[in-house]
Amino acid sequence: MAYNCVVLIKQVPDTKRITGQAMNEDGTVNRSALPAIFNPEDLNALELALQIKEKYGGSITVITMGLPAASAVLRDSLFRGADDAILITDKRCAASDTLATSYILSCAVKKIEYDIVLCGRQAIDGDTAQVGPQLAEKLGVPHITYVEELIELNGKTITARRNIGAGWQQVKAGLPVLLTVTGDANEPRVAAAKKMMKYKNAHTPIEIEKEVKGDNPDADDATTKALVERKCSILKEKNLLIKQWDLDFLEADLTWCGRSGSPTKVHRIQSVVLAAKESKNVEPNDKGISGMIHELIEDKIIS
Amino acid sequence: MIEVNRDGEVWVFGEQHGGRLEDTPIELLSKARRLADTLGVKLTAVVLGNNVKELATKLIHYGADKVYVVEHPLLRVYQANSYAKVIYDLIHKYKPQIVLYGATVTGRGLAPRIASAAKAGLTADCTDLQIGDHTTVKDKQVHKNLMFQVRPAFGGNIIATIINYDRWPQMATVREGVMPMPEPDGSRKGEIIEEKAEISQKDLPLQILAEHKRAKKVNLKAARIIVAGGAGVGSKDNFQLIWDLANCLGGAPAASRAAVDLGFIDHDHQVGQTGTTVRPSLYIAVGISGAIQHQAGMSQSQKIVAINNDPDAPIFQTAHYKIVGDLNEVVPKMIKAIKEKS
Repeated sequence: MAYNCVVLIKQVPDTKRITGQAMNEDGTVNRSALPAIFNPEDLNALELALQIKEKYGGSITVITMGLPAASAVLRDSLFRGADDAILITDKRCAASDTLATSYILSCAVKKIEYDIVLCGRQAIDGDTAQVGPQLAEKLGVPHITYVEELIELNGKTITARRNIGAGWQQVKAGLPVLLTVTGDANEPRVAAAKKMMKYKNAHTPIEIEKEVKGDNPDADDATTKALVERKCSILKEKNLLIKQWDLDFLEADLTWCGRSGSPTKVHRIQSVVLAAKESKNVEPNDKGISGMIHELIEDKIIS
Repeated sequence: MIEVNRDGEVWVFGEQHGGRLEDTPIELLSKARRLADTLGVKLTAVVLGNNVKELATKLIHYGADKVYVVEHPLLRVYQANSYAKVIYDLIHKYKPQIVLYGATVTGRGLAPRIASAAKAGLTADCTDLQIGDHTTVKDKQVHKNLMFQVRPAFGGNIIATIINYDRWPQMATVREGVMPMPEPDGSRKGEIIEEKAEISQKDLPLQILAEHKRAKKVNLKAARIIVAGGAGVGSKDNFQLIWDLANCLGGAPAASRAAVDLGFIDHDHQVGQTGTTVRPSLYIAVGISGAIQHQAGMSQSQKIVAINNDPDAPIFQTAHYKIVGDLNEVVPKMIKAIKEKS
């Protein structure tokens, strides 16, 4: 049988490329100086969904919540083989912690028919690994975390191997289910040239609006609106319109979104200052090294 | 979700598998003991399983005042759904103010499931916990005696302190190995309370078909001396230098992520953000530049010796002994000096 997969992805700052300049003086992150990338393990989740589709048939819907610019990772997913893409963007989503994020995502996933929800194990900006299991709880489905291999799908059951730290576990569950996928699960494919040609013009309504305003700076609001609607309907016909959902469309309870829906708050952010209390330079010769070893023995650090 | 209450206990999830207590609840008890003492409340461990009562005594020896033991045949093997349901029910019944879990594969699946059901806050992978006050920016309201949940973020580039003042319990998972193991005190007495689990087969959505646990090749957390090599060591063959130095010190060989990725040594030996966090008496970093992700896993070492041919290598910022030189000359000289002295 065929399976409908929903893949949740995130656009993240490339934390491995943070340089001194990427931090503000007050220790906050200067996000604009960081390249935005497709969260690495979300690519593994997408790849697993693509493999399921190739083997069993079905469809793949990718969803991201973020700023309008996050549509880039949705397009990237279409280039790699996803069928449908949805951007959840709304100013009222700002300051959502993992609890509020999982609530908002659950409202979106509930609007889609699905058998399997896939997430990356964790995102490299927060490294929390919490949204997957929290989303599973909100959907009322079991979760299998740290999936490193899909063994089999058979009717309404799934068998997978998960990493359990030092070792592995093979588990079977009924569908629907939520998986979080590790970087060891597969080697994500690259974008297909044909699909890139097809989907490079896939856009969200917000991107179209920006484009229309750029092309017609003097148009009044009504004209702009009409132009945007026309462009959107043309894209929709060509299957190139990336869906854009806000919290009203999701019928989300605003108490559980954004700041009010987030129990965790930031008390303080500090930049990391690494410094030894006392340090000594040791000459790289016999005398220097022997002296250091002598001190370490005296201090009972080595015996 | 439970209301803010100042007399709630401090809880530690007593993770066990197959009747064997993991290290993390024991590490957590040492820190949680201090939190509970500062708040003037009881420190309680929660153990779920089948035939796990004897673990309660052990948890008391390591610092718990009280242990809730929940035994049920269906709790013999951990599953997120069943464990989350039982702990959620207990949280509702007793209203603890703090609940801590190890940031193990199990804890990282279980805690978010509970947090979601309880609509409570959860901070992941904390490296430190303290009690402190917070004043809100907007209305200058003071919230006293909150749990400060300290964790690295943005790949270890910043340290964030997270709080949770309006919806309790305050929950966190804590990284393995960041808190010292306390010594057990066999004379400690505590209260053991048996609790019933309201669960049935439908709370076990998974079938565990097979499991393979392998012993870690090295126990870095327990090592008193660690000799770690980085990409600068150059090759797998040359990594023998690291093994030799570790051997003559009775220490454990370790590596940076770069050295593991280059195939010099197995991942079990990796220290840092994505490896093991260590705090040995002596840490010798050989040919490791000292990316922040690596330093996050070793900067708590009592003494740090760094050997690198680049005088500007970041590892020198934390080192107590800095040796700028060729590791291929320095390491043999160290081995020689150690053999002569001891």
